[in-house]
Amino acid sequence: MDKKLETIVQALQENFSTTFEEFRGEVHVFVRAENIVDALTLLRDKYDFELLSAMTASDYWPQQSPRFHVIYQLTSLAKNLSVQLRVPLNGDQPRIPTATRVYEVANWRERELLDMFGIEPEGHPDPRRILMPEGTQGYPLRRDFPLGYEEPQFTFNYEEIDLQKPYAKE
Amino acid sequence: MAQIEEVSIEQIKHLVSERALTGETMLLNMGPQHPSTHGVLRLLLELDGETIVNAIPDIGYLHTGIEKNMEAKTYLKAEVMSDRLDYMNTTGNNLAYCMAVEKLVDLDVPERAQSIRVILTELQRIASHLVWVGTFGLDLAAMSMFLYAFREREAILDILELCSGQRMMTTYIRPGGLWRDVPVEFETAVRDFIKMFPKRIDEYEALLTKNPLFLDRLLGIGKLDAATALQYGVTGPTLRASGVNWDLRKARPYCGYEQYDFNIPVRTEGDTYARYIVRIEEFRESLKIVEQALNRLPLGPVHSENRKFVPPPRSEIGVSMEALIHHFKLWTEGFPAPKASVYSAVESPRGELGVYLEGDGSAKPRRVHWRTPSFDNLAVLPKIVKGHLVADLVAILASIDIVLGDIDR
Amino acid sequence: MGVEQKLGDMGVLTTTLENVVNWSRTNAMWPMLFGLACCAIEMMAAQASHFDMSRFGMELMRASPRQSDLMIVAGRVSRKMAPVLRRLYDQMPEPKWVIAMGDCASCGGVFNNYAIVQGVDEIVPVDVYVAGCPPRPEALIHGVVTLYEKVKGEKFKDLAVK
Repeated sequence: MDKKLETIVQALQENFSTTFEEFRGEVHVFVRAENIVDALTLLRDKYDFELLSAMTASDYWPQQSPRFHVIYQLTSLAKNLSVQLRVPLNGDQPRIPTATRVYEVANWRERELLDMFGIEPEGHPDPRRILMPEGTQGYPLRRDFPLGYEEPQFTFNYEEIDLQKPYAKE
Repeated sequence: MAQIEEVSIEQIKHLVSERALTGETMLLNMGPQHPSTHGVLRLLLELDGETIVNAIPDIGYLHTGIEKNMEAKTYLKAEVMSDRLDYMNTTGNNLAYCMAVEKLVDLDVPERAQSIRVILTELQRIASHLVWVGTFGLDLAAMSMFLYAFREREAILDILELCSGQRMMTTYIRPGGLWRDVPVEFETAVRDFIKMFPKRIDEYEALLTKNPLFLDRLLGIGKLDAATALQYGVTGPTLRASGVNWDLRKARPYCGYEQYDFNIPVRTEGDTYARYIVRIEEFRESLKIVEQALNRLPLGPVHSENRKFVPPPRSEIGVSMEALIHHFKLWTEGFPAPKASVYSAVESPRGELGVYLEGDGSAKPRRVHWRTPSFDNLAVLPKIVKGHLVADLVAILASIDIVLGDIDR
Repeated sequence: MGVEQKLGDMGVLTTTLENVVNWSRTNAMWPMLFGLACCAIEMMAAQASHFDMSRFGMELMRASPRQSDLMIVAGRVSRKMAPVLRRLYDQMPEPKWVIAMGDCASCGGVFNNYAIVQGVDEIVPVDVYVAGCPPRPEALIHGVVTLYEKVKGEKFKDLAVK
């Protein structure tokens, strides 16, 4: 691990009692949900991580605790470093405090998390769905949401699928 | 079939000013089908006469579910879908995905493949900026720019078709290297392009850069300062036009970019004209990189020899039993990846294109997330159009260079 | 050319009304700008100087549905966009035709999932399907010429019942 990153990971460990792992040169730090906003503020103000590159989530269904990991990828332009923070969340009523006060880009990113995974951002100024139409039931990127696969039409099942398809007549 | 949801004022009350609720300002819908919105983007504008008070983007009209669909396919088959995300930068998307897969399974890539990847990605950057400058001119009523830009683009698409057989969605860059070696006509075609292109860039500059109408419409419009840009996660030429010198090709070189000698154009004004100048200068820098890469193109294999991940050549299948088994396993099942996650980013013509790839020990990925630059670049639009006219909105939206396939995935 | 030979000295031409109507419809069919995704770029390339589509009568693309006859659905149609597509089709005046350009508009293409309409013929009646991902500009022009053949063969009695 980079020496500069070591001091940062140590600071996070002291303040928020985090654990970390390394894989292929990347550092992933596990933070608890209630500490995430303070951790982001510390990294932005004290260690110059100006850019929140990516924010996404990953679903580990059928494992329920933790079921989701919310992932924040932070980049520091001044020092040319990057670090990844992961927040494990449980499956029932997943919630995370909003990071919009720290990075403005989290506004749309958290709306995407709400839309795709059902993870509610607490304190978000604009909690609406962003990609799916209003009134959609369910959260598409969860593993228990079906893909919506349509049976391909081959010669042997041509007629039966043709009858089921809703063609527009006029 | 679902009806169109009319967005009532109740739903967006918190985003518009109080004058909209009393009817003093007008709410106008710049709908999904519009000639100037570069795709299916819907903007709700709150107008006071012709001046914009608030602009609320509504996206999702091109949502394709690519991330979920990639979880149902093996790593190689999922790459086919990656082209169709940011359809102006198809080889760049392939490169981002392949770099993530190679990082996850720890696969090596030979030198010749790296150089050809760089040539194709930089040519694709030139093609993407050509479409940008063509549609930018078209939006500002310089229609001949559109025809000139597409004429040059045909030359680049001919080169891509020479290598892979397809003009746009090539899937030529595969994990471990390339699909197959470039044909003999490749070098002559690229050299002809390098000779022909600089004069054309001068033609575009003569047409647009000092044009008084152009300057009138673009100078001082849509100012974006560096602090706001970083808060909103803006990257790419939009960030470099605001004074921040950050380009992933120089800061975190990949694919051998450290061996090439090129500059990064940076401007400090942060307005629409600066964004235009940065992209025109990027044409010349990309051409420099293509020429250097072509001059030092090394000989050698074009894909890794690791048969666990890269299929063997067909000539070996008739003679070697192991080659036959590898071929069979790779094409029926695919290769497994470890239970870990990586994040790898490249510099696309719009900004930082990142792939978060998580494997779970099987042949299908657990989660593929695309960090696309246009999503964050569009989020800054409501901030920079306040107080401008509707015609300026068209210019600002065109200068940010969004592609809706990138945003909605 | 051919018309002067037939006219001779008289300046009078005899033909059927159907022929004249169909001929005039094919010679200046204006498409509506409905480019959604990647196929839109190939449609723009077909309109540009290398593969000029104005040779075939499509001089310009109208943004407004009220002024166009042809809707080229170029690109993938998502579930959120489907009602918008239907509304635009309803706003076009008769006679109107639809070309489904590309695999995603014809049958859903690469994307067999919850978000994409599997073939735009679930929403509007399609006259010509052009295959390809994306189809080459020459393929699109071939699709347009096929549509012209179809229009030239249209009879009044079939249209009257609509």
